[in-house]
Amino acid sequence: MIVRYISKTLLAIAIVFAGWHSAKAQETIKMGALATLEGAFTVLGEEGMRGVEMALEEFGYEAGGKTIELVTGSSDASPDSALRAARKLVEQDGVPILVGPLSGSEGLALKDYAKTHPDVTFINGSSAAQDTTLREPAENFFRFTGDGAQWLAGLGEYAYNEKGYRNLAVLAEDYSFPYTQVFGFLEPFCRLGGKAPADARFWVPIGNNDYSSVIAALPDDVDAIFVALGGADAVKFLTQYGQAGGELPLVGGTITVDQSVLGSKGRIRDQVIGTPSAGPISDTWDNPAWREFQDEYRERFPDGFPSPSLFAHSYYISTKAALLALDEVNGDLSDGGKAYRRALANLEFETPTGKVSLDERRNAVADVFLTEVTVDDAGNLANETVRVIPQVNQTLGLPYEEFLAYGQVSRENPSCE
Amino acid sequence: MDPSRIWTRVHPLQWLLIVLLLAYPGPASDFFTFQIGAYSLILGTIALSLMMLGGLGGMVSLAQLTVAGLAAYLVAIFGENSVGVLGLGWPWWVTCLVAVFIAAVFSAFVGAISVRTEGIYTIMITLAIAVAFFFLVRQNYVVFNGWTGFAGIEPPTLFGVYWRDPAPFYYLSLAVAAFFYWAVVYCSRSPFGLALQAIRDNPRRMHALGFNVAAHRVTAYFLAGIIAGTAGVLLAWFNGRISPGSVGVDVAIDILVIAVIGGMRHPVGPFAGAVVFVLLQNFAIDLIDRERFNTVIGLVFFLVVLFSPDGLLGIWSELRSRFQQSRQSRFHSRGSSGGSKTFDSVGASQSSH
Amino acid sequence: MGRLFGRHPNWTIAVLLAAVVLVWLIFAVWPEWLVNVIGRKKTFVNTLINGLTLAGLYFLVASGFTLIFGLMRNVNLAHGAMYLLGAYIGYEVAEASGNWFLGLVVAFLAVALFGVLMQVLIFRRMEGDDLRQTMVTIAISIIAADLMLAVWTGTTYQFTPPEWLFGAITLPIVSVVKSSGDAVFIKYPAYRLAVFFLAVAVGIALWVFLNRTRVGMMVRAGVNDRDMLAASGVNIQLVFMLVFGLGAGLAGLAGVVGGTALSIAPGEDLRYLLASLVVVIVGGLGSISGAAVGALIIGLAEQFGLAYFPTYGVVFTFLIMVLVLAVRPQGIMGGR
Repeated sequence: MIVRYISKTLLAIAIVFAGWHSAKAQETIKMGALATLEGAFTVLGEEGMRGVEMALEEFGYEAGGKTIELVTGSSDASPDSALRAARKLVEQDGVPILVGPLSGSEGLALKDYAKTHPDVTFINGSSAAQDTTLREPAENFFRFTGDGAQWLAGLGEYAYNEKGYRNLAVLAEDYSFPYTQVFGFLEPFCRLGGKAPADARFWVPIGNNDYSSVIAALPDDVDAIFVALGGADAVKFLTQYGQAGGELPLVGGTITVDQSVLGSKGRIRDQVIGTPSAGPISDTWDNPAWREFQDEYRERFPDGFPSPSLFAHSYYISTKAALLALDEVNGDLSDGGKAYRRALANLEFETPTGKVSLDERRNAVADVFLTEVTVDDAGNLANETVRVIPQVNQTLGLPYEEFLAYGQVSRENPSCE
Repeated sequence: MDPSRIWTRVHPLQWLLIVLLLAYPGPASDFFTFQIGAYSLILGTIALSLMMLGGLGGMVSLAQLTVAGLAAYLVAIFGENSVGVLGLGWPWWVTCLVAVFIAAVFSAFVGAISVRTEGIYTIMITLAIAVAFFFLVRQNYVVFNGWTGFAGIEPPTLFGVYWRDPAPFYYLSLAVAAFFYWAVVYCSRSPFGLALQAIRDNPRRMHALGFNVAAHRVTAYFLAGIIAGTAGVLLAWFNGRISPGSVGVDVAIDILVIAVIGGMRHPVGPFAGAVVFVLLQNFAIDLIDRERFNTVIGLVFFLVVLFSPDGLLGIWSELRSRFQQSRQSRFHSRGSSGGSKTFDSVGASQSSH
Repeated sequence: MGRLFGRHPNWTIAVLLAAVVLVWLIFAVWPEWLVNVIGRKKTFVNTLINGLTLAGLYFLVASGFTLIFGLMRNVNLAHGAMYLLGAYIGYEVAEASGNWFLGLVVAFLAVALFGVLMQVLIFRRMEGDDLRQTMVTIAISIIAADLMLAVWTGTTYQFTPPEWLFGAITLPIVSVVKSSGDAVFIKYPAYRLAVFFLAVAVGIALWVFLNRTRVGMMVRAGVNDRDMLAASGVNIQLVFMLVFGLGAGLAGLAGVVGGTALSIAPGEDLRYLLASLVVVIVGGLGSISGAAVGALIIGLAEQFGLAYFPTYGVVFTFLIMVLVLAVRPQGIMGGR
């Protein structure tokens, strides 16, 4: 039995080897898509792939007169696995265009990798670490979806001016994406006079499952808690906070109250209703293009989330940008993609969430939505639009050099004493 | 049943293998040279250190990847990185020597903790140590730069060759792997290696004969640490980065899977296991349902443990014995169908008291 | 007590003193200087109770692990997978029937059956071959984790406990006295207290089972000398099946209990496997009372670590393990 199994495997391996120099067909262009299809972020990766599929369907799998062949790669959210998958897509499958990855640290790893393959064009999926494009960017890495600080533009002002919060506790995961988010939220909040000193900030390891000690250590004399946890961590905290009888209002990071959390099976309803947050999408935005996108998503993926999540949205926009630029150069990548990348850099297009263009470091300038959690007509939790903050750029309106003076995002930046 | 005699017998095959390995980068694409070839050799070398402990010493350690990971971290810390945390910029050869030495000392420390307890404890304790190390590097920002880890680790440019280019890196990995392969073969025939195997089969008797059982075992851990540490340096150069994800428990268990699938009786086993593992890891996505890679590798592992405790090596010798009905091959088949030497030993030591 | 005092006077005095200080810390209103030194009382008391309830959960998981090892020398590294499987099965049943307790019972039975099957179909084939058994359990846990990911995806699941267990209850412990003279009492999640009492109940039940029943006597005899037990006419395979089923069932039960207190997601299997490993290594492999002591130490260390040294809290537990191994390799309660 084993012998048969092994011989089968050997046969399969032989087939793979035989095909390792397969000639590229003239009329097709291979496009790689990389997302987390393994591990704890599987659901989010599948959601990203839905976005890729929607954009490709919209173009009928054709751009610039060429047929687009999709090749997928899978990582488990670790930079190493993202790198491995990207190497396979680029060096083995020979894709000239790669869309992805999904999470922050993966993005940083792929930026470094992009520098070693200048003829391949990398278009970010949904990863949102600041330094992917801010410091030492790669010439061939494009991000049409913004970073974690950008996504929270306007939330700090909103919490200070309209909610009237003055003292905040901060609870966030201990890695680069939440640092970026905490920075983006606290910088305006503290500039206005708000306080969130370092000893009221709680950094928990990613994947922590017991928040009871943190909940016990939260100070009593704050107005609200800014929570920047994602996915499973957010669900765990919200449930346990409810069980512990917590009563403080919350302010959410971009993925703390997005559809992947609101759609989860848990008892978080009482905690999250009314929580303000901000991000690149808003579930209830009253705009024909967004509604159309939403309906399309619901029709195509009945087993998806009640409303397309940030990940489907990001991958959709990135893939669409890739295809639009291909149209512009008539599918011609013969110069190592130079003309193609010029077209990408100058691209400006309408998305379901407003106009998107790129700055000189190839990072998005896009609209950001300020939202609050409500219950929609179907009884699902959803983010209701409070206001739209138009055309936010990566330096939050400041000149580049001035913005760099804030320093790299970290646990203590800004100090907020 | 002296394993060393089995090894000397396959000379023609060995020659063929050597030629194949040396010629491999010629027809192979960069991807196959680097991502498949060199990566298999690195993983195989780490698994080789486990084979040395498990196969010769009867101590199955899950912390060998942790040892390799520590060396990789040290390369980033003492050498140069692009993250801005530490990166002391020592010359590359000092960095490598120190990294491998500290890793080996750490390995000996792991050994010292686990040899105080008996056999089956080893796997539990080393598993716990692997996890502790994972949490430590993930949480510590001052030295290990936490979740992000280190990036921008560069191999040196020597003799005008950039050593991360596919072919040079492949030959570098091949040279390291071949050296340690030879070293393990040599060690298994040396007085130390023979004593180690005897301790594996019956520690009490060896103790009674005046051997210092604990010292032999800790030394084995130290030597295995040199192997794993060197592979760790290669791993850092290979990826150009090191982060907690590279030293996670799942990866540590992958090393065990590689060693067991390949077979722990002979140093060629870990490399055979690594090739199968890396091919599956890269091409499961094309052949089988791509999200179920772990089920496939788990099933292979399961079947190997259940039916062929010698791994691929066991299947190989089984096949040979079926084709050749010589006296010599019958000798082989008896050896393999009766269960592995490694695993036999546990039963043997139990039945002897 | 008197005899104990006579034998170890210094130790007894130290333990008594520590107990008095602890009781005072829990019930007294803290003076200003104490708050300045170690922080607010609310944090301390909550952390203490958190540690106890977490210890309860760890005991539920680790007792099954140690029970199986004690009799069969089988290091079941698929124990975490059984925990997760129990949690998922319990979740499905509780959702479908609307009855949380039914989910608890079905999870126990289903995972117990799974354990019995593993024992009969796999481990019986390789009896006495510890290392191979352990490898097989690793293989099973890899496959099980991946298949569970396929069935239940990566979504985080959260049980709905019975209504009367949800929310917080007020404990008769004063946290601070406000300037207005009102005392503020400490609140604590009702469910987590229930976890602790369940663990105590299971612990007592296990003790009674092992010490006061005929089958329990056979199990203990088997722990001491398996061959002699078999020779005296006991069907040892039946005892093995029973113990394996019980140990696995406890993991499934703990899955529902723990999944309700915290949550269920891929990766929890590994977390609880490691918790079990560390608890039994510290407490002493194969001993139920060792599992209790180990669970207490690890639960408290983890919670105090998280509350007072959040960054390195996780590493603490492993330092304790290394320390115990260095000083007393067989574990605190382990005899050899």
